Amino acid sequence: MLAGEHGEAVRRAIAYQVEVGRFWGAQRFVPVSNVHMMGDIEVMGDGGLDYLREQAALGARCVVGTTTNARCIDFAHCERLKQDAREAGKERELIACLRKMDVITADTCINYQTIYQPHLGEHVAWGDTGTVIYANSVFGARSNFESGPAALAAGLTGRTPEYGFHLDRHRRGSFTVELRASLDDLADWGAVGKLIGEPHQSYWSVPVFHGYRRAPSADELKHLGAALASYGSMGMFHFVGVTPEAPTIEAALGGSAPRERVVITDADIERVYAGYDLQDRDARLVVFSGPQQSLLEMKRLAELFDGRRIRDGSACFVTTNSAVLAQARSLGYLKRVEDAGVTVLEGVCFYILQNLSAMRTANRWTNMVSNSAKIVNIIGAHRFNTILRRTGECVEIACTGVLK
Amino acid sequence: MSTPPPVIQVERAHGPVVEGEALVSEEGFSPRYDLDRWTGVITKPGHKLEGSSIVDKICFFPTAKGGIAAGWAFYDIKWKKIAPKAFIFGVTNPVMVQGAIFAGIPITEGWAPHPAQALKTGDWVRVDPGRRVIEVLRRG
Repeated sequence: MLAGEHGEAVRRAIAYQVEVGRFWGAQRFVPVSNVHMMGDIEVMGDGGLDYLREQAALGARCVVGTTTNARCIDFAHCERLKQDAREAGKERELIACLRKMDVITADTCINYQTIYQPHLGEHVAWGDTGTVIYANSVFGARSNFESGPAALAAGLTGRTPEYGFHLDRHRRGSFTVELRASLDDLADWGAVGKLIGEPHQSYWSVPVFHGYRRAPSADELKHLGAALASYGSMGMFHFVGVTPEAPTIEAALGGSAPRERVVITDADIERVYAGYDLQDRDARLVVFSGPQQSLLEMKRLAELFDGRRIRDGSACFVTTNSAVLAQARSLGYLKRVEDAGVTVLEGVCFYILQNLSAMRTANRWTNMVSNSAKIVNIIGAHRFNTILRRTGECVEIACTGVLK
Repeated sequence: MSTPPPVIQVERAHGPVVEGEALVSEEGFSPRYDLDRWTGVITKPGHKLEGSSIVDKICFFPTAKGGIAAGWAFYDIKWKKIAPKAFIFGVTNPVMVQGAIFAGIPITEGWAPHPAQALKTGDWVRVDPGRRVIEVLRRG
């Protein structure tokens, strides 16, 4: 590949991967069976688009299944959200470039729920961070955080440098977390991610959860993982008796003693909710996004919004992918949510919406309320004051405009 | 006889030799969470370097923050000609490294001694990734 026998696009990709691998001291490459990449005009900018044009013109083609992460524009809602028509044009061109390279533009950050479930020990090259931590932890697959350019390179070469979570030594638990809290809502699981991620911020930190009263659901693990990755930059956790590399605490720790033992109680979770500054108590923006909603989350929202109505002057956004949306439509969940006045966006994440800062200013939004601890953490750059609330409370806030 | 310039050893490094003015942060960095990607100024309210420009600087950050989107962001700021000359991290993560190498911005990880003991913002420094050293050439 380095000699150019597979073409210039592949030569560039592998040369880049060699440099990244060398930095981390990788001894070799490992083959990957699936790639998930982030690529949209909001995150890439004009320079990134230019790079894609070049690679596409050089005949780049993915050699393994390569899907795309959530993007910044849902073309059906672009005008109503007053997104920039020029940027929308670039986004269309960008999508065309990716398709030319045989990238599957699935536009989802929940590929692990709807597209591909790797098996124990399978090497993949995924990003965003929520997909990586889910792959490593819940499936026992092996991936590092692969940024857009790195994931695309892996798609073109079918391999990735072996460092980080591809190696056994980085997958061992480093500290334990006993879960004594009830954790009845998805937002509670995100709150655990915040409580553990913030004080242990490191890519190389691997918490081992244990002692929980029942087995968590896929959506609960999704919110836990997304928050750990977001607050803690973490790429892996163990959950004793639940995740495949953690039959026991000892096995999860790989024979070492834990660096620290943490306990999470209901009081800790309540302190998270009490810790948010409500500012002017603006309750006009409620968001269910980051990660996109699963079909089960859509069903729950349909039940909660059934027969209700978003308060006049308020806005409520839900994001999901095209697969879930199609099923939610045929099952009637979508109608119940939309009848309440909720805007359901397809293939996007609220956090990276093109023109989000301008939207905030135009609507004079101060606060953003969400049941996702991840989006509450990351959207600050757009100068939102953010507040985490449980799913049912978020629906109440959207319908009453009252924030407590 | 002049005393030899203070030297910081780094653990891992990539990129060509560069010289520039040091910008030393006590707080970690994300090009997505902290940076205005149109001016190169750190605009995150409350960031320890709020109001500072990273353009053409040798930036010292103790940690890396942020997710996958940071990988394209370095290429984006390089394209807009508002990139720093180098990123010097205490602890970084794969996204920062993938992003910097893709953008052609020198990057290093791990330092001894701690930059706070060897240099200050405004000092003129040379980063030599091949030799894994950072030298202070002139005091600011």
